[in-house]
Amino acid sequence: MKYASEYRDPQLGKALLVAIEKEVADYPGTMTLMEVCGTHTMSIYQHGIRSLLPKQIRLISGPGCPVCVTPIGFVDQAVTYARLDDVIIATFGDMIRVPGSSSSLQLEQAAGSQIKIVYSPLDAVALAEKHPEKKVIFLGVGFETTTPTIAGSIVAAKQKELNNYFVLCAHKTMPTPMAALTSDPELQVDGYICPAHVSAVIGANAYRPLAEQYKVPCVVTGFEPLDMLRGVQMLAAQVVSGRAEVENEYQRIVKPEGNKKAQALIEAVFEPCDAAWRGIGVIPGSGLQIREEFAAFDAARQIVVEVEEPKEHKGCLCGEILKGKVTPKDCPLFRTACTPENPVGACMVSSEGTCAAEYKYGC
Amino acid sequence: MKTDVILLGHGSGGKLSHQLLDELIIPTLSQVAQRDQNDAAVLEGINSSRLAFTTDSYVVDPIIFPGGNIGDLAINGTVNDLAMSGARPLAISVGLILEEGLSVSELREVLQAMKQAADKAEVKIVTGDTKVVPRGKGDKIFINTSGIGVFDHDWKICGSAAKPGDKILLNGSIGDHGMAVLASREGLDLQSDITSDSMALNHLVGKLLAEFGADVHVLRDPTRGGVATTVKEIAVQSQVDICLQETALPINAAVAGACSILGLDPLFVANEGKLLAIVAADKAEAALDLMSSLPEGTGAAIIGEVVSESNGRVMMQTALGGLRAIEMLAGEQLPRIC
Repeated sequence: MKYASEYRDPQLGKALLVAIEKEVADYPGTMTLMEVCGTHTMSIYQHGIRSLLPKQIRLISGPGCPVCVTPIGFVDQAVTYARLDDVIIATFGDMIRVPGSSSSLQLEQAAGSQIKIVYSPLDAVALAEKHPEKKVIFLGVGFETTTPTIAGSIVAAKQKELNNYFVLCAHKTMPTPMAALTSDPELQVDGYICPAHVSAVIGANAYRPLAEQYKVPCVVTGFEPLDMLRGVQMLAAQVVSGRAEVENEYQRIVKPEGNKKAQALIEAVFEPCDAAWRGIGVIPGSGLQIREEFAAFDAARQIVVEVEEPKEHKGCLCGEILKGKVTPKDCPLFRTACTPENPVGACMVSSEGTCAAEYKYGC
Repeated sequence: MKTDVILLGHGSGGKLSHQLLDELIIPTLSQVAQRDQNDAAVLEGINSSRLAFTTDSYVVDPIIFPGGNIGDLAINGTVNDLAMSGARPLAISVGLILEEGLSVSELREVLQAMKQAADKAEVKIVTGDTKVVPRGKGDKIFINTSGIGVFDHDWKICGSAAKPGDKILLNGSIGDHGMAVLASREGLDLQSDITSDSMALNHLVGKLLAEFGADVHVLRDPTRGGVATTVKEIAVQSQVDICLQETALPINAAVAGACSILGLDPLFVANEGKLLAIVAADKAEAALDLMSSLPEGTGAAIIGEVVSESNGRVMMQTALGGLRAIEMLAGEQLPRIC
């Protein structure tokens, strides 16, 4: 497969592992590297990378799975919308199993609600065109990887003069939460494996303030196993030599300034706001809300509903796991009360959640 | 049962399906139903011969997809379930549930595919039934097929017969059927040349058994839930640990690419013309040669081995040399967000 198999070559991988080994051979302690993006988490498990790294390197997972960081109140609001007779919920697949305070979209679907899994927000716009008698509400979650496409769907709906397409918006941005995590005294992050496709949009330069202000090394890293190993090697080299710079391993996709066109689209439709992160709390300026100009497409403003008081599930450690403070195995619910078929927390639902990855692939 | 209603995931072939069977269907039907977790039941003592009996229902959407349609799927699936028990398929029944408004031309296409599949597999469709339900109460066409096969030998081929040292053979590329169906579904603008692998495997099984007989310990077709779920089932049934080799898994580039775009793992994607054969180590290479020489075995490979007696763990050695665990599919595989 072009541009994939080349980055999975076992021989090159083994050579990189030897190089990493050499890099940290004289490092006295353990360095903690956080992969922020859920796709990195999955890749690490899928390729068994943790089992191959020297003991000086500890990989922890961060808050980069869009499903996992979405607060429970958002799911509750989506569930409330789903129960309305004239509503079709359109969503990316991962969201439907996420448990809310007392229900989930999956349960509502079985009870008769109309919930459609779409692969692109434009499919949701098409759905709204096809069903003028219904309100189509798209669940807008995710980081800069998905935000431009959702901004595009709102622009398209405006051009088509649709009055039945809405977005329930819980978009988050990078790298603001990374700064919040870095200043958490309980967490000692020695380096960041920065997201791949988020960085394709925001650009590698976006991490500069983080590296400069907090003296923490950042390496933008691709998702293939060789990318991951090369990213770890570059980070380890920075940590060992005491440097804190932004480096870009994923140059074939990520440019220093990012994708200007996508940035402009986001900027046109959304504006920054404070956002609640599941398990972390409210981080100022870390979210996006729909601008006044496009308020007609904002579900929260146009379809006001009474939503139950959010109730986090007792004992669920998703919040601590998202901050990298504990691993899934430390959670008393992991593999007992919380399994992929009966998830308690969001980290067990999304294919990119740390708990789902540990459950599915962990040894 | 932990839920009050049936969820889509209860039909995924993975853990939720197992829960539905073990916690509701089998206990409720106890005395008259038994669960041995094999693809077909073995009926003993009928004029001193052993028979295999199986049933399966087909509800695929869309009903016509690249490489086949629900008709050949319904024949091949039941033929394969009989073949996996080691039996020679003899006769099949067909129950059709048609939705009001189904076009006759589509029905004709489905029936023609059934006829061709039955001819190719050399089985007879001996009885059938047709019902029509009002529009909206079905989804175009549902098909149930049941099949009877006869054993020409005394070997016991079943999911609990894998032994340490055995090799695991697979007759070709994985995930083709699931991805062909998914790619042709409405709403997914994915253009590909992926075709379903829907195919009867009884001739391949017949030749394998004629040549290697008792050295073939387990035969299983990795349909819903994919190779991962089926290997895990065998490991648990046989109480052995199994190790798969990632580099040995045959996957078409288009399937790997589509899975990668959608965030799906091909190991968990359905197949309809594939079998896993667990064979004694000293016969594995010869069995692979035989498989590879047959049209049903293009791309066959030894994908792993049974490593030890234990409690049913499945591991995979990744291309980089790392290890990862393989679990059953939980619910349905969901396309990811980004």
